[in-house]
Amino acid sequence: MSWLSVIIAGLITYFTRFSMITFVNGKMLNKKVRLVLSYVPSTVFPAIIFPAVFFNDYGNLVDASDPKIFGILAAIIIGYFSKNIIATIISGLIVYWIFIF
Amino acid sequence: MSSKLSIFKTGSIDIAPLLIPVIPFGIIFGAIGIELGFSPLMTYATSLIIFGGASQIVFIQLLSGGASSLVAITSVGVINSRHFLYGAVLTEYLEKLSLIKKLLISYLITDQTFAVSNKFFKSKHVKKNKHYHLLGAGITLWTTWQVTTIIGILLGSIVPEEWGLKFAIPLTFLAIIINEFRKLDHVLVMLISGISSLIFFDVPFKAYIVITPFIGLFSALIIIKIKENQ
Repeated sequence: MSWLSVIIAGLITYFTRFSMITFVNGKMLNKKVRLVLSYVPSTVFPAIIFPAVFFNDYGNLVDASDPKIFGILAAIIIGYFSKNIIATIISGLIVYWIFIF
Repeated sequence: MSSKLSIFKTGSIDIAPLLIPVIPFGIIFGAIGIELGFSPLMTYATSLIIFGGASQIVFIQLLSGGASSLVAITSVGVINSRHFLYGAVLTEYLEKLSLIKKLLISYLITDQTFAVSNKFFKSKHVKKNKHYHLLGAGITLWTTWQVTTIIGILLGSIVPEEWGLKFAIPLTFLAIIINEFRKLDHVLVMLISGISSLIFFDVPFKAYIVITPFIGLFSALIIIKIKENQ
């Protein structure tokens, strides 16, 4: 069952890649659609980030003093100023580890 | 000088700096796949068949958390919908290729290859064989992603669960959108989307991951409208 899911997800992803290049002239995507699509990362990724940080493994809200809260705050601050992907991830992990160990 | 090989090489060289974050990302993905209980073969297959880092992580995270296949597949589609944007921009540079070549080269379109090859295509110096740049960049990135996934899979069986590697998931996604933190409209969409994901978290089949983008994109549309009227 999972294998079928992987294949369908792969086919859909492939469709997002080739459709604009093979079927249609790219001009078909009007400016408004392009503008809205540019917000996709800003809406999809917070939907992963928020539950992963604010909920525990049982789906309950975590305390304000949870190691994950400190980790994500550190990552936001370091990431904002460094604009560096690796520094963002590493700083978050290190602060998280300091609090869990 | 516009030989196919030299353009191909230029593509490989241009993408090199962008591989630096891809390497840890691939390793994290492979390791998380194992930690979430997927077989090494299944974890690797997503890198080959889907070949889209962020969507792969979401896919396995949702499936391991009890999401329905439909929800997991839909969210992959939503996350990768940004490729439409890249295809729409690249199409004018690739229109002379045969259908088969277009279909083959499409597989290599990613955030990183789009960034470097679009920049190259815009430069007027090279007239012929431009697409070899996308091939060079794409094949280099593809190989890196496949190899790092495998390294992660091997490491995943070594890294103890107490290390909380799962926390690398939100951190990785935060890192992807960190540059948008400077844009107020994007931060607003992020907050609305994040809060909506918490509210709808208990909807069956993990459907929050499909509901949230609708709410987020709808609020983006309103923000765009307000900005236009100003």
